[in-house]
Amino acid sequence: MQHYLDFEKPIVDLQQKIRELRDYSTDNVDFSSEIKKLEKKATKLRDEIFSKLSRWQRTQLARHQDRPYTLDYIEHVFTDWFEVHGDRNFRDDPALVCGFARLDGEPCAVIGHQKGRDTKSKVYRNFGMPNPEGYRKALRVMKMAEQFGLPIFCFVDTPGAFPGIGAEERGQAEAIARNLREMAALTVPVIVTITGEGGSGGALAIAVGNRVLMLQYSVYAVISPEGCAAILWSDGARGPEAAEALKLTAADIDSLGCVIDEVVPEPVGGAHTDYVLAAANLKRSLKKHLGELQALSGEELVEQRYQKFRAMTRVQE
Amino acid sequence: MAWFKRKKKPLTGAVEAKKVQMPEGVWTKCKNCDEIIYTKEIERNLNVCPKCDYHFRISARARIDLVLDGGSFEEVDAGMQSVDFLGFKDSKKYKERIKAALAKAGGGDAIVCGTGAIEGLPVAVGVFDFSFMGGSMGSVVGEKITRIMEKGLELKCPVIIFSSSGGARMQESILSLMQMAKTSAVLAKLKAEGVPFISVLTDPTTGGVTASFAMLGDINMAEPKALIGFAGPRVIEQTIRQQLPDGFQRSEFLLEHGMVDMIVQRQEMKARLAQILRIFTKS
Ligand SMILES: [Zn+2]
Repeated sequence: MQHYLDFEKPIVDLQQKIRELRDYSTDNVDFSSEIKKLEKKATKLRDEIFSKLSRWQRTQLARHQDRPYTLDYIEHVFTDWFEVHGDRNFRDDPALVCGFARLDGEPCAVIGHQKGRDTKSKVYRNFGMPNPEGYRKALRVMKMAEQFGLPIFCFVDTPGAFPGIGAEERGQAEAIARNLREMAALTVPVIVTITGEGGSGGALAIAVGNRVLMLQYSVYAVISPEGCAAILWSDGARGPEAAEALKLTAADIDSLGCVIDEVVPEPVGGAHTDYVLAAANLKRSLKKHLGELQALSGEELVEQRYQKFRAMTRVQE
Repeated sequence: MAWFKRKKKPLTGAVEAKKVQMPEGVWTKCKNCDEIIYTKEIERNLNVCPKCDYHFRISARARIDLVLDGGSFEEVDAGMQSVDFLGFKDSKKYKERIKAALAKAGGGDAIVCGTGAIEGLPVAVGVFDFSFMGGSMGSVVGEKITRIMEKGLELKCPVIIFSSSGGARMQESILSLMQMAKTSAVLAKLKAEGVPFISVLTDPTTGGVTASFAMLGDINMAEPKALIGFAGPRVIEQTIRQQLPDGFQRSEFLLEHGMVDMIVQRQEMKARLAQILRIFTKS
């Protein structure tokens, strides 16, 4: 683990101790019983910490520096990947990657937000915040998938659509809105997974799916906790309180019963501790849902998706 | 969601609009040109400043009177009310905020929907009321919009929505976000069936409302000088750390950048809508 959160530190410290003991072990000095004890302790500690995470801690996990991003899932879940670039209008947007691949041999389109890991790549990826071009590229690829009868997999991980002058000039709102309408009418299966941060309209713009899944430690909300706190208390630092109020965790949203179809389990300790296992869990779910959706006609897929979102209502009459 | 901020910041639009409607407020200071004007004069001018053409915010009922043929409006879903299903609480409980807003408005929510006629042409309309929790879109607003659009589909009559909203309603978190998808998805059906949708953007239209149905009109029409955008000006300023240019995110800016089809004066709104409806429903 390269980076760790405050609440991960005790676990990281123990793991470091275990590593050191291993290094000191020689043919003459045997620490194996100590190591075993510490490993047991580390597992217990991790289980304990992860069994009672606050909503803010889960938000932090969703944003973890080492968390697998779209390109990581593409590497571990799909084969034959090739990326396509540009919205054929203005430019390419590296904050949103699009392309084609195979899922166990089955050709498909893959679309997802992409964040960077070091300073340079973070800037290049604009911290995973797309401009209108990103959404228009995504729509172009979705339409292409429809043209060739390919299912679409979307991976959502963004703080939100980029709030900038250029983005407004080029119609950020229109780009998002158009995707919402056009995605609703796609005649191929659309399977969406919230992998990290599901931030507002910028997330939703690639998230109108026949199935919407959330990874266990992902979050999804109408506004970021910091943005919410800035409005409620004029103090962005009160994000932890806002996270509680927004009920943004996978478990919270699952409990509403109408928004997501499945919570995909992550390795204990979070997806960043074991990319291979995290991707294997995700792949199993994606295949299951794809199998179910492939039984539906294009028309049925449109209707199923429409009725799914149509039912997302809580009112009193 | 701007209605939260306004509590602390100097009161601008909402209060002035109110002043305009208050009988005892003989004089009103225009928020745009600072002129002190005889209130009656502003009212006679459809709540538009006679000096600088600033369009004051008006209530949903005033808008309906202005645009629809007299006595033609039949409201639907008037009794639909918001529910605090998340138990959302900030300085005040959402439950309490709903109660207060309902008491102030005498029922309803941030939108009034129904059927009516414009110069004899049948229409399905939705009109936002910014004074109800900043015109924010939660389940009720999203559901009423979707139903009125479905009504348009069923009756094969054009749909017009007059927006005035700070965006999605934070207190309903994820379900507010989903109203964006819901209200946009139904527009795919209108498009497929050839039912016209006219989106009228009035001051202010931002956030999740702009980034969904409001930008998806076959015709996007704006009132002069209305604030229209995705991100709020303050958020953008904080992100880019520089001041925004004059006129940024105003109707005229959107027209210049190709996001709205036309800017229409309030006085000419009804005639222009009728003109468009006749072209789009020629049979
Ligand atoms: Zn004036």
